[in-house]
Amino acid sequence: MSVDTSAIGRTYPPSLYAVGREKVREYAHAVGETEPIYLDVEAARAAGFADVVAPPMFAVVYAGSALAPVMFDPELALDFAHLVHGEQEFRWGPLVVAGDEIETTVTVRDIHERGGLGFYVFATESRNQAGELVCSGTWTDIVRPAQ
Amino acid sequence: MKPGDELELRVTPDRYLTVRYAGASGDFNPIHIDEEFARQVGLPGRILHGLWTMAQVARAHTEALGGPARLERLSVQFRGMGVMEHEVLVTGRVREVGADGRAVVDSEARQDGRRIVRNGVAEIRA
Repeated sequence: MSVDTSAIGRTYPPSLYAVGREKVREYAHAVGETEPIYLDVEAARAAGFADVVAPPMFAVVYAGSALAPVMFDPELALDFAHLVHGEQEFRWGPLVVAGDEIETTVTVRDIHERGGLGFYVFATESRNQAGELVCSGTWTDIVRPAQ
Repeated sequence: MKPGDELELRVTPDRYLTVRYAGASGDFNPIHIDEEFARQVGLPGRILHGLWTMAQVARAHTEALGGPARLERLSVQFRGMGVMEHEVLVTGRVREVGADGRAVVDSEARQDGRRIVRNGVAEIRA
């Protein structure tokens, strides 16, 4: 299996995600969160937040929405049928709450081959409307050779 | 939090979990939601989203910490295939606590004794 490494270093235009209250609640339910600040506006406000708080892993929603079109970049030609998620890292800044607008940029950090597998490493940087870095992510996808 | 402290979370994903998580997360890769497609590409069947399992690892930390604010960083490796209707067991152990109160926690997630998340490392704010 040979991989095309020409996209290493490519950065894509920023993508904006508006964090909605019901989306946060839908996500929190799907991952089994029961903490009231994620689900109940009054509880979130009582705790000092403007609206419901996004669980940290909600980063997959706002940063993932920026990453998805990159992964479909025809020049990358990722083989989705044989792609699995290999590794993930997130580093979080200030908490995200419903009403925030999050801008994410994606960079192709690395592409390499090891043990017959293709490794694709993407970096995301997500900032809120105040310019604060709310999350940086490193996403490593592994493509198995087609049978 | 002190070195050696442990955290644990148990959750059993129901058979439609991956469909709800696909909608909630936006990841509609058919290997998670289409049984026939998953088998055609050599998987045992539909598999869990790795990021759902990572969310369980994150939740084990934030529940133990009483909220999300102190979770500064989490990294994991996904290995093997998580499946529905089998319990996922997340375990963690505090590796070190600095003089400044910052902590490092090691974690993993297992299903039927197999590790599906390994080398989980979390950094916790003071």
